[in-house]
Amino acid sequence: MSEPLLKIRGLKIEGRSDETWNPIIKGVDLDLNKGEVIGMIGESGAGKSTIGLASMGFCRDGVRISEGSVVFDGVDLVTASAADKRALLGKRIAYVAQSAAASFNPAHKLIDQHTEGPVQHSVSYRSDSQADGIELYRRLRLPNPDEIGFRYPHQVSGGQLQRAMTAMAMACRPDLIIFDEPTTALDVTTQIEVLASIRDIVEQFDTAAIYITHDLAVVAQMADKIKVLLKGDEVEEADTRTMLSQPQEEYTKSLWAVRSFERPAKPAVATGATPVISVKNVTAAYGTVDVLHDVSFDIHEGRTVAVVGESGSGKSTTARCITGLLPPRIGHIEFDGQQLPLNYRQRDKMQLRQAQMIYQMADTALNPRKTIGETIGRPVEFYLGLKGKEKRAKVDALLEEIELEPTQYFHRLPSELSGGQKQRIGIARALAAEPKFIICDEVTSALDQLVAEGILKLLAKLQDQLGLSYMFITHDLATVRAISDEVVVMKDGVVVEQGEKADMFQPPHHPYTDLLLSSVPEMDPDWLDNLLKERGVDNIGDAAVDKM
Amino acid sequence: MAGLLRIIVQRLLLGIVTLFVVSVIIFVAVNALPGDFAEAILGQGATPEAVTAIREQLGLNQNAFTRYFVWLGGVLRGDFGVPLSQALFAGNFGTTATGTEVITVVDQIMPRLRNTLFLAGVSAAIAVPLAVTLGILTALYRNSAFDRSMNVTTLSAISSPEFFIAYVLILFLAVLNPVFPSLSNIFPGMEFSERLNRTMLPALTLTLAVTAQMMRMTRAAIINLLASPYIEMARLKGLSPMRVIVKHALPNALAPIITVIALNLAFLVTGVVVVEVVFVYPGIGQLFVDSVKIRDIPVVQACCLIFAAVYILLNLTADILSIVSNPRLRHPK
Repeated sequence: MSEPLLKIRGLKIEGRSDETWNPIIKGVDLDLNKGEVIGMIGESGAGKSTIGLASMGFCRDGVRISEGSVVFDGVDLVTASAADKRALLGKRIAYVAQSAAASFNPAHKLIDQHTEGPVQHSVSYRSDSQADGIELYRRLRLPNPDEIGFRYPHQVSGGQLQRAMTAMAMACRPDLIIFDEPTTALDVTTQIEVLASIRDIVEQFDTAAIYITHDLAVVAQMADKIKVLLKGDEVEEADTRTMLSQPQEEYTKSLWAVRSFERPAKPAVATGATPVISVKNVTAAYGTVDVLHDVSFDIHEGRTVAVVGESGSGKSTTARCITGLLPPRIGHIEFDGQQLPLNYRQRDKMQLRQAQMIYQMADTALNPRKTIGETIGRPVEFYLGLKGKEKRAKVDALLEEIELEPTQYFHRLPSELSGGQKQRIGIARALAAEPKFIICDEVTSALDQLVAEGILKLLAKLQDQLGLSYMFITHDLATVRAISDEVVVMKDGVVVEQGEKADMFQPPHHPYTDLLLSSVPEMDPDWLDNLLKERGVDNIGDAAVDKM
Repeated sequence: MAGLLRIIVQRLLLGIVTLFVVSVIIFVAVNALPGDFAEAILGQGATPEAVTAIREQLGLNQNAFTRYFVWLGGVLRGDFGVPLSQALFAGNFGTTATGTEVITVVDQIMPRLRNTLFLAGVSAAIAVPLAVTLGILTALYRNSAFDRSMNVTTLSAISSPEFFIAYVLILFLAVLNPVFPSLSNIFPGMEFSERLNRTMLPALTLTLAVTAQMMRMTRAAIINLLASPYIEMARLKGLSPMRVIVKHALPNALAPIITVIALNLAFLVTGVVVVEVVFVYPGIGQLFVDSVKIRDIPVVQACCLIFAAVYILLNLTADILSIVSNPRLRHPK
């Protein structure tokens, strides 16, 4: 057997915090042959990206390779000089980053960034590389391939940028490409197109790839073999089908099991019951442009309504209308049958208190300089008027409700908490007002699957205990399946379909709902192939053009 | 592009309003100066009658409100009036101090302003490229010995008083090694090379005074961007460190750099009195100080207004360039 293209042995990486070096990667081996795709999965903090970058001989600031070797085609990138590494990077090893929008330089046109690598590495002339770029754009089924490269990054959509970045990685026809969560930031329908494009082009040029993701279903479509990582250690590695059908380790099994969480169905709402929140024919605009068109739906006591749609569909705008941050242009919001003032400034404390929010980014939604006790104590005092011992007791009770030990967490700052814990604090803060209704805006989408599941279970428990109603904004249909009672599907500011969850997951659907549902990757490694066959490959290209 | 034009027109109008407000402040401030021209010119022997007579003759006895609008009306027509020193002679003897036609404020200021702009131009032509280049190099070799020594040098230069730097330069470049003349008395009709030669020492002094801030801002603005994903991407494409900084970081760091450059250019026009005095350079700063001494109000007001206009214009230009440097505004969706 010939030597593998990439051979990592005993790789140890350390990260610096407060003058001491702590291990991030604790000895990982990896073999990758020419034309082979390995999927690397794990939760955030597992060290996937760090290994991805290290296989290019690259470390971010404050990170260093302490031991081991990364041998690419006979060259050890750990010991190679900076100039030797530069000669390989971009030319024989390329990188596709998670957020193409942030990783394209905003100051230059796409094609100029595309040709930079080949020209700087003296692989080809600018004009040839430009023609090749246009050809790659065509193969990756980008709309208007002749013209799109002459735009600036901000003029191109996220899914298209991600494909342009894959084209850029291909520019020098590298032997190895590192894909670092290339579809995580995309909507499901866009994700399909990008996944299919990446897979095609990797096959066409027989490129080896490391595909990093936290989404099992995605990796099942892309990789020949899968490596599971946990906290800087390898859990297990096997070829894709074996890994999916017979995971060996407990941790892998638990990852596989997360997707099975689902709440039992609740009894139907009694006819004639007054909904807690009723959105009545709401049309709303940013400036002069209407972004919501005649949106209506009800949310009943103790029930969860999932509002589903891709980015830009008007989910969060609807939430802003309900909270009064964006007064609707036409229509209104009713709470317990009473019309609420359109603007939150005109609402009284009782009205404000009844609708609380939990945000997507718990990181930015908590004041970094306030302790947990202060953050939760503020609404307790503001809405309930509690002070001193009573306030402390209420905050402690809330902390217990979100399953955090009060004495341990009361004086901590947000920076001393994990992502999941921060999201729990966000929930406690919303509960502090003792509301009847909570808007959850993509509360689990920034979290790992296991942590997200914990949050969903907590929300379900609180609903059962307190009779809360949730409006659950999400683009993730697995989450919808897990927690919702009713579903509202939105597209371009319009409600295209709504109804009981059980009905929504049964055909027949509105064509858009159908598209959304069928685009959610499944754990079956043949899923993407079958889907593409079903839709006809050309359809995907057409769909991309339609999106323009 | 239409949006850009609208922003530019908006800023321009705002600049004009600012200038108008500044003109009121200047007028009030200048008129609040203790003493007046009549007392200053008559010296210790001033009798109340003589003072009144001169004040009447020059229109200084009118109320401030009227005087402001007379002055503003003139300014709008490009007429900054006649220096009081000239007007007095003209009124008394039917002729001017020099025996020829009446010299207006504009006549007096224009050649001085040209000289000052020349000096500022020469200084900027040296300082701006120097500062930006050093900024790039210090960002490239950040935390190296070169970076630190550059920071120490430029900071020492900016921390020393200008006259001190001026004398040090005279000592080394005029006295010990006679490279440049220590006196910068330039006059109209002088050949360009000679004029440049004589302007060199004050220009170098000013360069040392303004380089530090521009350099440090360039360095900071670039380093600020080095953690961004597109810089990491550029590195992962195997580009040389120099190319990463010049081609990928610098174009995105332009806005703050331009702002600081504009502020420093404004300083080169309005803040050069000390340097002009040291090198006997016939610029507007000297004229300004002389006019304040003798309470020659029209000249003082004209100088102030020019200084204000320079500040506003340069900041306006910086704002517009910063906007233009953003591709999102240059190429809307």
